[in-house]
Amino acid sequence: MTKTTPLYDQHLAAGAKMVDFSGWQMPLHYGSQVEEHHQVRRDAGVFDVSHMTVVDVSGPDARNYLRLLLANDVARLDAPGRALYSAMLNEQGGVIDDLIVYLMTAPGAAGEWYRLVVNCGTRDNDLSWMADRAVKFDVSLSEQPDLAMLAIQGPNARALVAGVLSDSRARLIDELRPFQGQESEGWFIARTGYTGEDGLEIMLPDDEVVPFWQALLAAGVRPCGLGARDTLRLEAGMNLYGAEMNEAVSPLEANMGWTLAFEPDSRQFVGREALEKQRAQGVQSKLVGLVLEQRGVLRAHQRVLVEGIGEGEITSGSYSPTLECSIALARVPLATGDSASVEVRGKQLPVKVVKPPFVRNGARVFS
Amino acid sequence: MSNVPSELKYVASHEWIREEGDGVVTIGITDHAQDLLGDVVFVELPDLDAEIAAGDDIGVVESVKAASDVYAPLSGKVIAVNEELEDAPELVNSDPYGDGWFFKIQLSDPAELESLLDADSYAEHCEAE
Repeated sequence: MTKTTPLYDQHLAAGAKMVDFSGWQMPLHYGSQVEEHHQVRRDAGVFDVSHMTVVDVSGPDARNYLRLLLANDVARLDAPGRALYSAMLNEQGGVIDDLIVYLMTAPGAAGEWYRLVVNCGTRDNDLSWMADRAVKFDVSLSEQPDLAMLAIQGPNARALVAGVLSDSRARLIDELRPFQGQESEGWFIARTGYTGEDGLEIMLPDDEVVPFWQALLAAGVRPCGLGARDTLRLEAGMNLYGAEMNEAVSPLEANMGWTLAFEPDSRQFVGREALEKQRAQGVQSKLVGLVLEQRGVLRAHQRVLVEGIGEGEITSGSYSPTLECSIALARVPLATGDSASVEVRGKQLPVKVVKPPFVRNGARVFS
Repeated sequence: MSNVPSELKYVASHEWIREEGDGVVTIGITDHAQDLLGDVVFVELPDLDAEIAAGDDIGVVESVKAASDVYAPLSGKVIAVNEELEDAPELVNSDPYGDGWFFKIQLSDPAELESLLDADSYAEHCEAE
């Protein structure tokens, strides 16, 4: 069964090349993926991300349930609308999914509830895992399939969005801090994204999204597809589920150590025991950035050779439109230094090993 | 539907061939091929004066999405290479039959021209793929 978002006809009208993405017909690009990439780095672009899965968690035990379910700690959310990036782990410490969780009320308020945004490719597995873990808690999990979601990203994104919305929504957009979201007249507006630029992610009822999309385009925000979304997140050094991590990969080997809340000691979360064992024994590999300074393009699954140390593998690789060379994320032996080589089409090409991200707010950030 | 000019010849691996007279042909990749590849970011072409044989894997087109081999549609000697593609690989997307040409060869066996597809046959081949 192929699913479409409420913007399907709008995508076709904008000249989209549509592709199947986890059972959804989604726009890959609207002509040029590279131009869309630049549009987001330099001005503003809009992505239809309505395929993503939104799950609301409410009930008296909502907080305690999420403190068990997630490797990051929702108790860190200290103000209404604060967002947290977290892994959801299995008992072996592998990553079931990565997600964003928003605190939708004041912390500790009566009726406190949370909103989770998880990947659409892992939806079925996530929902059944979450339901199984919820049995012992007084919580209710409620998927929100009737919400559309747009990501408007780029240095001018907030100003352009504010310009087409009501005064109260515009004021909210002006006041939001990074990684914070708020409800406004039935829309949820968050200052989050997956591009390494400033911008917003907005969840709104399905039947209101078409006029909003059209207003954005009329204001000069250009539609961008999943192709540009992938090169933008790669430049920003952000993980993609299924590429950098999966159920067999530890977050300690996927650059996600910063998302694991081991403090307080007393908090038990799924996967904690396994991760503590891994930490005590020491992990064998790490996720790094690679930069190819000559012609050629690094691709996922190419072999990385580290002289005298061992081998690794590229998890995501592409061309970086901002840097005008190829970049990649790769899992390599822990002892890897600042250089390696990659087998590209039968040749071994030297690459620089760097700490991601590659690009933030339009500019190169690694040395 | 992609553009398939009737005055050109084609091979199933999506290269086009234009006869320039005196046994010289110009070669590039088709509109259909560039559309499948998406934004082209590098083109690696054979060296000037290289002797190539029909069917040889002689270069590569790298797009943001994927790498694709370039095959020699005919045999001969490379007498010109489009150096503009080095700095402007996007010409392959914007003008595949014009400024986005790849290279020219002096044919060693003009009889090979007989084996090429005409525009209609190539269009059918694309449909069937």
